[in-house]
Amino acid sequence: MSQPTAAQIATGYSRREFIKRVIASGAAVSAAAYMYGGLTGCSRKGRAAGGVERLISLNVNGQVRRVDVLPNETLAMTLRYKLGLTGTKLGCDRGECGACTVIIDDITYNSCSTLTHTVRTRKVLTIEGLAGPNGELHPVQKAFVEELAPQCGFCTPGQVMSACALLKHNPKPTRDQARLAMSGNLCRCGAYDNYLNGVMRAATEGAGGVA
Amino acid sequence: MNNFKHIGKDFIPHDVVAKVTGAAKYAEDFRADGMVFCRLLTSPMPHARVKNIDATEALKMEGVLGMITADDIPAGPPGFAPSLTKEPMYVGEPILAVAALSEQAAEDAIEKIKIDYEPLPFTFDPLESLFPGGKDARSDGFNIGTLAGLPPGTIKWTAADFARVKDGELPMGKPAEEWNFGDVEAQFKQCKVVYEERFVTAALAHHSMEPRSCMSYWQNGKCFVHASLQSQSFALPPLAQMLGIKPEEVVLIAEYCGGGFGSKGSAYPCMVIPAYLSKKIGKPVMMRISRAEEYYLGSARNAFQGSIKVGFDAAGKLLAADVYVVQDSGAHISFWDYRAFGDALALVYQPKAMRWRGIPVFCNAPTRTAQRGPGQNQLACIMEPLVDRAARELKLDRVEIRKRNNPVNGSLAGGAEGKRGPVSSAYIKEALDKGRARFNWDERKKKSGQKNGPRVTGVGIGQAFHPAGFSGFDGLMCLKPDGKLHIHTGVGNLGTFSHSGTARVAAEVLKMDWENCVIERGDSRRNLPWNIGQFGSNTSYTMTRTNYVAAQDAVAKLKEIAAQDLGGKPDDYDIDGSKVFARANPSKSLGYGDAAKRAIALGGKFDGHDLPADINPMTQASAKAIAGTGLVGVAKDNLPSSGQPAAFAACFIEIELDLETGMHRIVDLVSVADCGTVIHPMGLATQIKGGAVQGVGMATLERLVYDPQNGLPANVGLHQQKPPSYLDLPTEMFTDAVDKADPTNPVGAKGVGEPLMGASAAALLCAISDALGGHVFNRTPVLPDMIVNHVAGRPQPRKPLSINTQ
Repeated sequence: MSQPTAAQIATGYSRREFIKRVIASGAAVSAAAYMYGGLTGCSRKGRAAGGVERLISLNVNGQVRRVDVLPNETLAMTLRYKLGLTGTKLGCDRGECGACTVIIDDITYNSCSTLTHTVRTRKVLTIEGLAGPNGELHPVQKAFVEELAPQCGFCTPGQVMSACALLKHNPKPTRDQARLAMSGNLCRCGAYDNYLNGVMRAATEGAGGVA
Repeated sequence: MNNFKHIGKDFIPHDVVAKVTGAAKYAEDFRADGMVFCRLLTSPMPHARVKNIDATEALKMEGVLGMITADDIPAGPPGFAPSLTKEPMYVGEPILAVAALSEQAAEDAIEKIKIDYEPLPFTFDPLESLFPGGKDARSDGFNIGTLAGLPPGTIKWTAADFARVKDGELPMGKPAEEWNFGDVEAQFKQCKVVYEERFVTAALAHHSMEPRSCMSYWQNGKCFVHASLQSQSFALPPLAQMLGIKPEEVVLIAEYCGGGFGSKGSAYPCMVIPAYLSKKIGKPVMMRISRAEEYYLGSARNAFQGSIKVGFDAAGKLLAADVYVVQDSGAHISFWDYRAFGDALALVYQPKAMRWRGIPVFCNAPTRTAQRGPGQNQLACIMEPLVDRAARELKLDRVEIRKRNNPVNGSLAGGAEGKRGPVSSAYIKEALDKGRARFNWDERKKKSGQKNGPRVTGVGIGQAFHPAGFSGFDGLMCLKPDGKLHIHTGVGNLGTFSHSGTARVAAEVLKMDWENCVIERGDSRRNLPWNIGQFGSNTSYTMTRTNYVAAQDAVAKLKEIAAQDLGGKPDDYDIDGSKVFARANPSKSLGYGDAAKRAIALGGKFDGHDLPADINPMTQASAKAIAGTGLVGVAKDNLPSSGQPAAFAACFIEIELDLETGMHRIVDLVSVADCGTVIHPMGLATQIKGGAVQGVGMATLERLVYDPQNGLPANVGLHQQKPPSYLDLPTEMFTDAVDKADPTNPVGAKGVGEPLMGASAAALLCAISDALGGHVFNRTPVLPDMIVNHVAGRPQPRKPLSINTQ
């Protein structure tokens, strides 16, 4: 499958492409995908939707992590319940809100709608992987702090990830381009203007070259 | 207080870094050893009786640990939403919960549970329930009731009351409540223009981004609850009551809350389900709430069917108003939006005479509760376009007509003759003037009606009000031997950063650097004082007062200790932020840290061993827990409080309305707050903008819809409910504040969160009306098809009083 171009990303690429990929990979996202089945290893044998866990390696935030994964397990659940990375939030679990946005090989994905098995050979970056080795904030995070971008903060990790991906592909977006690129991330507090201020500040400060 | 060190200055709140790094822990981010999951079985019918539950097979399944039903949770007061029910009154109401090792196992078990339902009549139209012999939402005989002052009861109107329904008029039988002041009929006779309209405002969901997941377990005789709550201390007693234990037996962790907007203001019924399950099976239980379930359990704004009659004189002064609000309250006891509608009209427009009547009626929709500006914002949406209509007919400027009616300091707020009280301050006129200048209204209004292909320019103004503060709660802080001030705050974390903004008043009074202050909050184990919840636009007013009085107590103790140790009287001493010193001889001084050590040595009132008698038992317990660790400042807010604190907002919007598609684009938006002294400029700006965003949704996007035949909800997803996205807003938004002090607050602050939404909703509706040459829809939301129908001269498919089903 072809990678989306930067232009596609800047103009709101994604869900259609995601669905196409899921279909092409032979997996289907069913209503049962949000049901979590593996915390205590109690996989239920013989279930079509459940199946058994397989031990796989995942490259998350630059580290290779070994983890048992069910066939129908979403990346959001693996991150949150098996790898302890709870910064990735679940707001809708159906690809509508963007709170679970992670970056996979430089492209943003809704991790609630991405099967973990499909990212085995790829590099996953979550909100926890952005800060520097000594905990220094990523320029996007720093800009979001300085612009007081979050309100309740629940959608913020997703907003940060979308902003990072945008600036990676388009280091100097116009405010309108940023608005389009960020439009997959809902914020009920309505902090959109402050998030955009944060994106533009990060762009000014050269965040595009990082992560 | 003047020349503030902290008030009115920006700062980086302590919780914002955790929010951008993912370190902030919300309810679903907690884990406990042995934690298992639960799933809910919710009603597939809008109203039914559960005659039998057969879970025999389900409970034998692998991984299934237990089940609770309504029998396992004590019932609350009549009319209030239960946690689990045997008589579900809306689709999605929880009937039972199953705990299992995995969610999949719990869900599989639920599929095997056999329930025998007896379908019962249901209704989505309050007028149906008020009709003699009409269907009721509940089978307990109650069809009306509200949260305070109106217990569940029954009112049926007469067939004669409904005579005018066939003409599309609102029947107006016996109200549940009413008040009036002045001579309404006499004033209407003086009017130059009188409008009498029926209106509908739709219910809309809060849809907080964080669904109300909850994790609970019992340990050492205490129940731990990790919850999604706007409030901390205030939610604890009702939560304890629902759990059937004492408040001190609950550990409530609510450090972060992923949005609430009124729907998580206090403890809510479903949050005790994991605790009851945990008690039964002896393991920690995580209850993850799905987005669809959040539309069932997450509340919504009350909907209205109403009638409004208003009359203006030739100068644009509102002389008389006569309103009747029929509130669709959902299935259970809800908030009093219908009252706030009348109160807000009486205050914002100061009619010489007014009658208000209202009735809150149950219907088979999910529980409704307060949502940002409950009632006041519906009023803004309905009234502001009528003000514009009067301005158009009377040939008055739209800012001017508003200012001719607006309240000033001391103006009376709504209510019955003799029961009306003054507001503490009102600077809505100043807010309008600021907005007028910032928006360049006088020039921009000339663009009204300008055409560019199918697109027409419209400009609109909106204004709104909400009460803005309470008094009488407690402040608690402790100056430690290391010189740090620990400010304990029992307010919640709604995302306004006001937990910190208001705590800065303590630093202000003690003249301390902010770096030397630590905020203790978000977990009942952190010894928090009794504070009201984070709702009702109150925090900025209420919590500046509590922190002010407790800090004043700390200052008094510092001076007393200095006088004891260094001689003289307490009044001989002053403070400078790090030490208390003799005014006459500043070298005679005691550092804050040393004073804290002396406080511990002296004991008694100084270190919290002796406490004021008038503080709440929760504050007593918290103060006792920190007693002996430093100099304790603790006090109840007994500051004088005259008048109702009142917040106002004004918003100016320019749109382009496409007459072919009915879609609009917001070209520009300027919103101005009257919130007293600005405490935290950046925090205020983001609140103003966020309120404006929600107003856009209320005015033109969001509504709940049900299938009238089967009572099924038609929209239980974000894509169907349409909360505004980035693309529904202008590329940049602008804010301002009046920044005039409220005289009843020690730093001049008052709240403002709620009217910001109503002002923008009204401004957008007025801009649409302006683009259509003054046509008023008398309905929210105004949807594109309504605009297209209007432009084409076609009848609207929605009947004037139709509610919930279209």
